[in-house]
Amino acid sequence: MSLHPPAKAWTYWANFLALCVLTVVTWYTARMDLGVLSTPVALGIAVIKAALVVLFFMHVWESTPLTKLVIAMSLFMLTVLLTFMFTDYMTRNYDVLPPVDHAAVSSVKH
Amino acid sequence: MSVTEKSPNAAHSGHDHGNSHELAHHFVSVEQQHDAGNLGMWMFLTTEVLFFGGLFAAYTIYRYKFERVFEQASNILDPMLGAINTIVLIFSSVTMAFAVRSAQQGKSKAIVAWLAATILFGCMFLGIKVFMEWKHDAHLHVFPTADFNWTYAREMHSGGEHGHGHDSHGPEMKGILFNAPVVPQKYIDADARNPEAKQARLFFFLYFTMTSLHAAHMVIGFGVMAVIMVYAWYGYYTPNYYVPVESVGLYWHFVDLVWIFLFPLLYLLGAHLGAGH
Repeated sequence: MSLHPPAKAWTYWANFLALCVLTVVTWYTARMDLGVLSTPVALGIAVIKAALVVLFFMHVWESTPLTKLVIAMSLFMLTVLLTFMFTDYMTRNYDVLPPVDHAAVSSVKH
Repeated sequence: MSVTEKSPNAAHSGHDHGNSHELAHHFVSVEQQHDAGNLGMWMFLTTEVLFFGGLFAAYTIYRYKFERVFEQASNILDPMLGAINTIVLIFSSVTMAFAVRSAQQGKSKAIVAWLAATILFGCMFLGIKVFMEWKHDAHLHVFPTADFNWTYAREMHSGGEHGHGHDSHGPEMKGILFNAPVVPQKYIDADARNPEAKQARLFFFLYFTMTSLHAAHMVIGFGVMAVIMVYAWYGYYTPNYYVPVESVGLYWHFVDLVWIFLFPLLYLLGAHLGAGH
């Protein structure tokens, strides 16, 4: 049969152990005051955990290039979503509104 | 046809209808069928990435706008329960991976056993979340409903034992999910004066929406798994045809992936603030 042979059982347990260790690492690094690095570190560890799940639990490591392309495409679309929303909202200065011109407002007939 | 078949059923496909369900007529080989099924499932997971991605985007924007209040609000949640749930869900992913592996090996009854274990740990996750976390959240009035109260929540959370002492003697009010003590008027007035209350409510709206959506995905996963278990019990899946088992596996691992990102963003946001928060 040419379908991929099942992975060895110990690989799944090894990945589980790695994921547990990384969860503990997330816990302790969250408690440390890393300043501006705290978010990148937390997300970085989450990305490593996600990579382990995607590559080994979801068998992407041994999948077709087309599957890998689809996954890359979904990550690209997510990046587009986050990047453009973020750059939009974070460059709006709407916390500081121009003062209300009461005379102009009250003269408008509704 | 001119394509050289490598699968053991090649000689029979199209002629033997005994196990023709292994290879559908519109596929050339079991490999192509398997890859096509996998690809289809990944296309669906792409839509799921953007489904949750929208909520993550909203979270990102508001977290940076209201960073301090979001950190304080995150501290109301219990990170230990969140961490336990993370391990429970990752373990359910391992049992799911073994279910797929059993399908690859052609062990039908083992598929059923591993899927049952996956459902069991998934239910454990939901039990901890709903009956331990959300029940406590309801008592603190952080559910983003009409009786949300940030001042009350902060005081009761940092008050600890004193807070619970007062609660048990107050009049009970029927909540949507759990009964919670009525919020005294002074807290309602304090919240009306405090613009940060709305920001905190935003955090909890995002928290409950994201975790509820995640929980709904889990419940749907249980249903699909139950169906797969029935098919597996009757030997429907073979080493040549286990795409449905692998597909539900991909779905469940995706649910785990979402939680891997939800946990640090929702629970550990303000962890560095320490006991003073």
